[in-house]
Amino acid sequence: MSVVRIFVPGDAAALSVGANGVAAAIAREAAARGIAVEIVRNGSRGMLWLEPLVEVETAAGRIGYGPVAVRDVAGLFEAGFVNGGAHRLALGRIDDLDWMKRQQRLTFARVGVTDPLSLEDYKAHGGLKGLEAALRLSGAAVVEAVRASGLRGRGGAGFPTGIKWKTVLDAEAEQKYIVCNADEGDSGTFADRMLMEGDPFLLIEGMAIAGLAVGATKGFIYIRSEYPHAFKAMERAIAVAEKAEVLGASVLGSGKAFTLEARLGAGAYICGEETSLLESLEGKRGVVRAKPPLPALKGLFGKPTIVNNVLSLAAVPFILAEGAEVYAACGIGRSRGTLPVQLGGNIKRGGLIELAFGVSLRTLIEDFGGGTRSGRPIRAVQVGGPLGAYLPAPQLDIPLDYEALAGIKAMLGHGGIVVFDDTVDMAKQAKFAFEFCAKESCGKCTPCRIGAVRGAETVQRIIDGTEREKNLGVLDDLNQLMTDASLCAMGGLTPMPVMSALRHFPEDFQRPAMSVAAE
Amino acid sequence: MGLPAHWDDGHAQAIVEKLKHLDGATLPILHALQDAFGYVDAAAVPMIAQTLNLSRAEVQGTLSFYHDFKAKPAMDRVIRLCRAEACQAQGCESLVEHARRHGIAVDDHAAAAGASLETVYCLGNCALGPAAMVEGELVGRLDAVRLSALIEGASVEDVIAMAQEPVGEPA
Repeated sequence: MSVVRIFVPGDAAALSVGANGVAAAIAREAAARGIAVEIVRNGSRGMLWLEPLVEVETAAGRIGYGPVAVRDVAGLFEAGFVNGGAHRLALGRIDDLDWMKRQQRLTFARVGVTDPLSLEDYKAHGGLKGLEAALRLSGAAVVEAVRASGLRGRGGAGFPTGIKWKTVLDAEAEQKYIVCNADEGDSGTFADRMLMEGDPFLLIEGMAIAGLAVGATKGFIYIRSEYPHAFKAMERAIAVAEKAEVLGASVLGSGKAFTLEARLGAGAYICGEETSLLESLEGKRGVVRAKPPLPALKGLFGKPTIVNNVLSLAAVPFILAEGAEVYAACGIGRSRGTLPVQLGGNIKRGGLIELAFGVSLRTLIEDFGGGTRSGRPIRAVQVGGPLGAYLPAPQLDIPLDYEALAGIKAMLGHGGIVVFDDTVDMAKQAKFAFEFCAKESCGKCTPCRIGAVRGAETVQRIIDGTEREKNLGVLDDLNQLMTDASLCAMGGLTPMPVMSALRHFPEDFQRPAMSVAAE
Repeated sequence: MGLPAHWDDGHAQAIVEKLKHLDGATLPILHALQDAFGYVDAAAVPMIAQTLNLSRAEVQGTLSFYHDFKAKPAMDRVIRLCRAEACQAQGCESLVEHARRHGIAVDDHAAAAGASLETVYCLGNCALGPAAMVEGELVGRLDAVRLSALIEGASVEDVIAMAQEPVGEPA
């Protein structure tokens, strides 16, 4: 009898709801029944509400079952799930599900499909084609392809990746660096984590291409310590890639060197800001640097450095393999290509959806997400992490597009969407934005360090009903000051969630103050 | 996860020596010390400064900047609860309240209640929150019952298995 391949995700989100127990139960049950199985710990397909989502390779394709609990496993074997048998949890072929079919997975094409640490599997699914193509081109031609693709930094700022690369390419230095920003600290975002755990070779390939393009021989991946699973996956994948000479003194036998190291952050949100990330990599306090000089000219250890988000670098292999024009053909306006959107918070069907720019927030939240998990009406949606704006339900027809969101004083950020139902208190959320900034500020500039503390106090006074009109004026002033005078986006954008809450939900700031007796 | 060893200067120095060749070695060294001993003893500061040719102020500055590095070993199990926006939308603050009933105040390590609750902002499990991390394992869909189990010392594996109630509906 042939060996049945069964996929049980090893993604941290799947593990958090019991995937390890399910994998063990399947192994036990198969052994007891004398059925030969190979259990592959794949990444997550991104349908997180169905985790642990078990897939079985059958003649009719990969049939999914989920969410599977340990107590379901014996029943699944009884139902003949190893041959794709019918069962209450059966979902059919995963690729046929509406949720998957409607997506355009360019970056996440392999996540959840392949064995993340098998280089053979990676190659069998089109891996390394981008790197091979890059090796046939000059560095300038690779940079030009990235520019022509229209790719913009996926970390949040949306700066054209090709222009950043060109700056580093043109810089003269004996040593240059590629730094991957995997300090994915924004609440509501988990695409970097899923990619590193589910397809780590893609990031390695993207960084190798960047290194070859601009003449950098060394790269670092700075991963936040809250992501131990992703860190382990990257370390293992780097070891595999070194052994196969995808990394090392001669990348794929080209004679060109590129080596990679994964580094762990230490619990500081600010290290997601590129200059404080560089300080942290150098072993210092994660304090923001003034710009200029740009990191592209004076970055890590003072050398020209590309600092790119995980998703920016992971988009590059596709661009090189399939052509810049194929990537650029997706999207709208100046937002080209696809965006891996992360749907979280109070949502019925949360997860990862990769789509060309242009889709509306409403389509994502209502069609893909199925509305709130609590079943209550949506009241607010925060887009782009803790520094992003809160949008009210009527504004959800806005398309995913950097410029469209900027036009309504919001931002796309790293593509995280957090849904709140009608029990949310927006004055509290506004206060939290300041508190978070106060706790995570690096402390270098006054508007952020002091402004955040004063902001939280002022919002509390407004909530308490203490000289409300006067304090609303103070808040307005403070927000203006922080926006204009902060050194980086932390202080500069903290006013965005605050002001959006005030603008769209003024009633939450006008509630009668709670009397002392009621406390 | 095994119990961390008691602080030992010789062992600590060996760790520092092993990692000193790295570019920007301070953070990797501090992580390795914290992994080995469960905290970073004040004795590490002159040791790292001497080996890496840095001032003590520079090392102390780095050590004190990051939330991860602890000055004392944890007495109890540490439950790192996500209290960022996505988990707020899923009710994490009610879990902070629930912990109070066990005599546990969030971010207060002084009380000896068998466990302590520590704030963390985002564990990347935003669609399956409230999320927590305990002993390096991610726990999803945390609720009051399972938080109690964690506080009372149940194994993380068992608490995760308790999460396996069907969530949402199939596609």
